Amino acid sequence: MAYKRNIDRLPIIPAGAKEHNVTCHYCIVGCGYTAYTWPLKTQGTTDRNWIGEDLSKQQATDTEAWYAPSMYNVVKQDGKDVHLVIKPDVNCDVNSGLGSIRGARMAENRRSDVTGTQRQRLTEPLVWRYGTWQPTSWDDALDLVARVTAKVIDKDNENDLYVSMFDHGGSAGGYENTWGTGKLYFESMKVKHCRIHNRPAYMSEVHSSRDMGVDELNYNYADYEVTDTIFLVGTNPMECQTNLFLNHMVKGMQNGARVVISDPRRTVTVDSCEQVAGAENVLHLPITTGSDVALHNTLFTYIADQGWADADFIAASTFQGDVAVAADSAYPAALGSYEAARAACKMSLAEGAAATGLTEAQIIQAAEWIAKPKDDGSRRKCVTGYEKGIIWGNDNYRAIGSLLNIGLATGNVGREGGGVCRLGGHQEGYYRPSDAHVGRPAPYIDQMIIAGGGKVHHIWANDHFKTTLNASEFKRVYNRRSNMVKEAMDARAGATREEMIDAIVGAINAGGLFVVDVDIIHSQIGQAAHVILPAVESGEMNLTSMNGERRLRLTEKYMDAPGSAKPDCMIAAGLAQALERVLREEGRTEYADQFKGYDWATEEDAFMDGYNKGNPEVTYDRLRAMGNNGVLEPVTGFADGKLTGTNRLYEDGVFTRHGREDGKALFCMGEWRGWQAAGKAQQQASHRFLINNGRANMNWQNWFLDQGNEFVMDRFPVPFIQINPDDMAELGLKAGDMVEVHNDVGATQALVYPEPSARPNETFMIFGAPNGAQGNIVNAGVNELILPNYKHTWANIRKISDATPASAAVSYKSWEVEL
Amino acid sequence: MKCNRLVDVGRRQFLRGGVLGVAGAAAATVLPAGQAQAQQARAMVDYPSNRLGNIADLVVNEPMDIGYPDADSPGILLKIGSPVEGGAGPDGDIVAYSVLCPHKGYYMSYHAADKTLNCPGHFSRFDCEKGGQQVWGHATQNLPQFTLRVDDKGDIYAMGADELIYGRLSNVLEG
Repeated sequence: MAYKRNIDRLPIIPAGAKEHNVTCHYCIVGCGYTAYTWPLKTQGTTDRNWIGEDLSKQQATDTEAWYAPSMYNVVKQDGKDVHLVIKPDVNCDVNSGLGSIRGARMAENRRSDVTGTQRQRLTEPLVWRYGTWQPTSWDDALDLVARVTAKVIDKDNENDLYVSMFDHGGSAGGYENTWGTGKLYFESMKVKHCRIHNRPAYMSEVHSSRDMGVDELNYNYADYEVTDTIFLVGTNPMECQTNLFLNHMVKGMQNGARVVISDPRRTVTVDSCEQVAGAENVLHLPITTGSDVALHNTLFTYIADQGWADADFIAASTFQGDVAVAADSAYPAALGSYEAARAACKMSLAEGAAATGLTEAQIIQAAEWIAKPKDDGSRRKCVTGYEKGIIWGNDNYRAIGSLLNIGLATGNVGREGGGVCRLGGHQEGYYRPSDAHVGRPAPYIDQMIIAGGGKVHHIWANDHFKTTLNASEFKRVYNRRSNMVKEAMDARAGATREEMIDAIVGAINAGGLFVVDVDIIHSQIGQAAHVILPAVESGEMNLTSMNGERRLRLTEKYMDAPGSAKPDCMIAAGLAQALERVLREEGRTEYADQFKGYDWATEEDAFMDGYNKGNPEVTYDRLRAMGNNGVLEPVTGFADGKLTGTNRLYEDGVFTRHGREDGKALFCMGEWRGWQAAGKAQQQASHRFLINNGRANMNWQNWFLDQGNEFVMDRFPVPFIQINPDDMAELGLKAGDMVEVHNDVGATQALVYPEPSARPNETFMIFGAPNGAQGNIVNAGVNELILPNYKHTWANIRKISDATPASAAVSYKSWEVEL
Repeated sequence: MKCNRLVDVGRRQFLRGGVLGVAGAAAATVLPAGQAQAQQARAMVDYPSNRLGNIADLVVNEPMDIGYPDADSPGILLKIGSPVEGGAGPDGDIVAYSVLCPHKGYYMSYHAADKTLNCPGHFSRFDCEKGGQQVWGHATQNLPQFTLRVDDKGDIYAMGADELIYGRLSNVLEG
């Protein structure tokens, strides 16, 4: 039976309730919400309330005067219990009052002592003692971390300290927290062995775009509303960037835009576009998985051959000559001029059709919709969005570069109704000292850990166990190495701090790994940790982030942190201060001096120490005044009481992201070369099913809060795998059956969800689940710059159980709306 | 196929137009919130027991329009045709749901082929055979289902709802 809250009445927000600006802390779109708080024993009435409406009446469709139980909670504010409602803001340009299945649960996903939600949140530092984790003080926990860490680092060699640290905005990221961690590891230290929250090394996901001169977030969302064609590649915005789709792409279609979607599977986005625009205005290109470069190069060739390129733009804004950057170990393809790229990427319709599995007619139609001038001779506007389908797909560098070639050739970057942009996952909020010392290609951290590398591992809101590739082996090795340290600590229970440090150092010198995990919950990799430090999320602290159109906003703190949890920037400061003290005690004065400069009292101090130094116009007060609409970065000034920003990048036709002084964009000279990453062709040849994978709209990233949310876990108690019904019949599977998905590198589990639109032998599994990690079966293959290829995994499928009682109770009907 | 969209536009306009006279008139007769009302307040909402129809009125897989707990809260009464968890009546297959999408309150239409309610606003859909579970969509709750009682004459009564109905902060409107 479907989960029901049995809440049939909610407290009414009174007039005068406190209001706080909130940017949704989930996806990159960053919808605006307002958090209302008011004292627990007071409430509004049906005729006297926050909105001045008569609430004794049924409210109309799209009303502002209603909120769902998921938007309500009771939390602590300044030590007192208060009512909390977080509801979508109708005046925010991003979402115009729309809530998503994620963001409209923000209130419910706050920790509450009163309603019992999110009891999984960490509240106190924990250390491994007496065979389990014991609560302790911040001073004790940080002292242990600092003393062990100090044993393995030195001024000229910090290579035994491995660091996994988020680089995102939103959630627990943001400019404050990326600066706090960045200052510690890239300024006080020069840590080389580090990685980012969702990938096994420290690098950009869009190297080629940046190398070509184009920042990956160059338009604004309104460009979708005024364009002629929306070109979506390897992205599923109806699920993953919901209100970008509903509030901007839909308006574009209603204004006459057509849509081209390149995706091997028929996603909900395809169906929704057909509902809005009519099937005749939607072209789904169900390409052979991994053939993106072939499609893009064929489109580029055809568009150029037809004379549909924007010659004026190419002449004025792109590199003239032959090769500007030669291919080498840091550049997986050469970069150069339009004509050089035409020559390198040349691909006939017949070749493109053979590689992609499309018909020549489909490719021609796509090219016409993207680039053919209109009947009156005017240019066609096309906006391009892409995401993990190619970022985490085959041949990342060339796939993105070849797509950007089309946008540059048609003059669709820096112009109204244009842009070639990633759609993104999290919001952004990156402000750190240079990472140049990390190198390019960056070290492949997760494989180095498997190979025995590292002695101390600091983890900042990463959960490799759910979100890495080759995860089966990673977990085996990681558990073994971290257990060596646990066993050494258990063997010396009762020892002094000095003796315990010696025991730990002995274990790590024997191949063990000392693990420090900073997170908001006790994560799966956290099970291996020896010290666990509790962090907070936005709303529990003031936090600044920018969304997928570079819209910078401040989420105001509206509630207390759980227990003694702290912002990551403050934890980083505490660790830096502990390291300084320990190093000074040890007489390492010069090294200790490097850890000065963390005397921050609040997250605002960290913001001022970092982001504000590079952007002196931007302060908390000014951002607060800009509300939920904020300002589009880069911020250019402050006038008439408002920050002024940049509506769209590159409107002057000068491209700068690569750092070239001539300001000319480069084209990517990347020919199609089939499978790029090691082991993919072999795995494909020896297993029946493609295990395509990605996100679903209700399960945010690796489910870290959702695993404690009844509404979500009731829908999918374990991760689903969508399979064609004929394949199910052949394997003797029923809806809801538990299957094991297994291959040469590992195994995982999922519940069977029939999907008639799935192609035979091509499945889709949800990524990052806590009880069925898809990464278990992804092999270690990466691109030249260590970009993981999660998408291309093949495996066999066998039934291991009938549906569990929870799985048997859920709906297995089609996701496509029937109107 | 597209007729449901047209029906929905009409219904939506009705709701937007605020032609909600019955509830408004009723509300006007209620005393302003004050001490007298506070003394009478109870911990749980008192739902009316409303007769929705008789089993004899129902045709399998053809929803009947209802209003519950009052006329301004549209819903459907439906004989599914096979027993479902939570189903009422001798065959255990009679269910009733709110048809206002709990995402943004759009008026949903019934798709008989797979027994789902579908939202024309943002394409969410709910399974009438699974307690109104959201099959896919944007709502942060499953569909409010009305608790049913069937008496020995075959009269079907609604007794309550299990989720908050869109557009009201109390399922039973209060003055």
